Amino acid sequence: MPVAIRVIPCLDVNAGRVVKGTNFIDLRDAGDPVEIAKRYNTEGADELVFLDITASSDKREITLDVVKKTAEQVFIPLTVGGGIRTIDDIRKLLKAGADKISINTSAVENPQLISDGSKKFGSQCIVVAIDAKRNTAGSWTVYTHGGRTETKLDVIEWAKKCVELGAGEILLTSMDKDGTKDGYDLELTEHVTNAVNVPVIASGGAGKKEHFVDVCKKGASAVLAASLFHFKELSIHDLKSYMKENSIKVR
Amino acid sequence: MTAKIAIIDYGMGNLRSVSKAIELCKAYVDIISEPEQVKNYNAVVLPGVGSFAPAIKIIKDKGLDIAIKKHLEQKKMFLGICLGFQLLFSKSYEEGLYEGLDIIKGSVEKFIPKPDEKLIIPHIGWNTINISENIYAKQMYRGINNNEFVYFVHSFYCKPEDKKIIATETNYSVDFCSSIATENIWGCQFHPEKSSNIGIAILKNFVSKCEDLNACCN
Repeated sequence: MPVAIRVIPCLDVNAGRVVKGTNFIDLRDAGDPVEIAKRYNTEGADELVFLDITASSDKREITLDVVKKTAEQVFIPLTVGGGIRTIDDIRKLLKAGADKISINTSAVENPQLISDGSKKFGSQCIVVAIDAKRNTAGSWTVYTHGGRTETKLDVIEWAKKCVELGAGEILLTSMDKDGTKDGYDLELTEHVTNAVNVPVIASGGAGKKEHFVDVCKKGASAVLAASLFHFKELSIHDLKSYMKENSIKVR
Repeated sequence: MTAKIAIIDYGMGNLRSVSKAIELCKAYVDIISEPEQVKNYNAVVLPGVGSFAPAIKIIKDKGLDIAIKKHLEQKKMFLGICLGFQLLFSKSYEEGLYEGLDIIKGSVEKFIPKPDEKLIIPHIGWNTINISENIYAKQMYRGINNNEFVYFVHSFYCKPEDKKIIATETNYSVDFCSSIATENIWGCQFHPEKSSNIGIAILKNFVSKCEDLNACCN
């Protein structure tokens, strides 16, 4: 039997607080990450992703402290991403209580970080996040720097390469779908899950319960959403009941 | 009487998560790294995230293997988690062939997909446990229903020679031994410290067994 599909809320953390939206211009405070993490844990979240969007490096220490405090009170896996550039950054986060770290731009700029990280800490704790945007050739291109920089990399090829280098999971975000609430990019998810033999976390576009079921049927091992959960449009409990009714194995 | 539990730090593992989870179960917890410290505790927890070869090397180089074996001879409680569970076995095939602590006879082997099977390795995520009839399993899983979900992250699994010690089995391509329980040795492939309320319930059972033993022996 396969493992249960994981339902993962994603929290954007800026200088120690959860903020709404990923837009740097209009950050609104959405609360204390530890309290929010505890709430999601109680509601049945299978894992949490913290995305550190703190721009200044001195304030990153605050994020380490948040990871520490969350890990002390929340006993489910915790993945932390954002601003990780070195093995030492990874080590610090794992020591603070993160179970996995997620790298995006730095993996593209320095693919050796994937191999060094997985050799040092095991592939299970190295997640590579890929921001994918559909191109005119009918495929998808990898973007970095929070979607601001186009690369020459093809998403499918890059996903394969990441796994070869030792990535234990792929966190796949569709930039086309992100924020639209009209469903995950099913075609993209299917292509990537067929190409790699590690779990793929589908992200970007979830708007209603049906979307989660649809993307699971395309091979996603986990489903991620942010605003849908933050704004209480959908509770994790209701979502899981619905998934179960639709023959998706959930915890 | 409060149980005094030592978590062994051998440089690999999520010590903080483990210690916080056990503290939640009202035990006194220290993280220790020297073999001579082991004797001061009622119970030892060997956590672990990482690969077998460097872990067993550190443990043997530091003499922690001898301290652990001495601890077990006194029938004191022991809990091995993930890699800390695998290290108990005679041998592991992770990246070669390495000798383990040989406290449990058996081997640690890799998941191999069957022909035409798409098996994602590592086995990562939430999977169910099927509790055996082993009497010590009843203690380990007291108050816990069959087929509850716990959190796994591993590419290798343990194959004990003595099937009677198996406390739970989990299916992932094969039915593998996801935990063992003997009179004083508990080991689990999953991470109780990451398995939400079910994991905490297992750790509480461990702490309460340590307290019982402590009360009877002092």
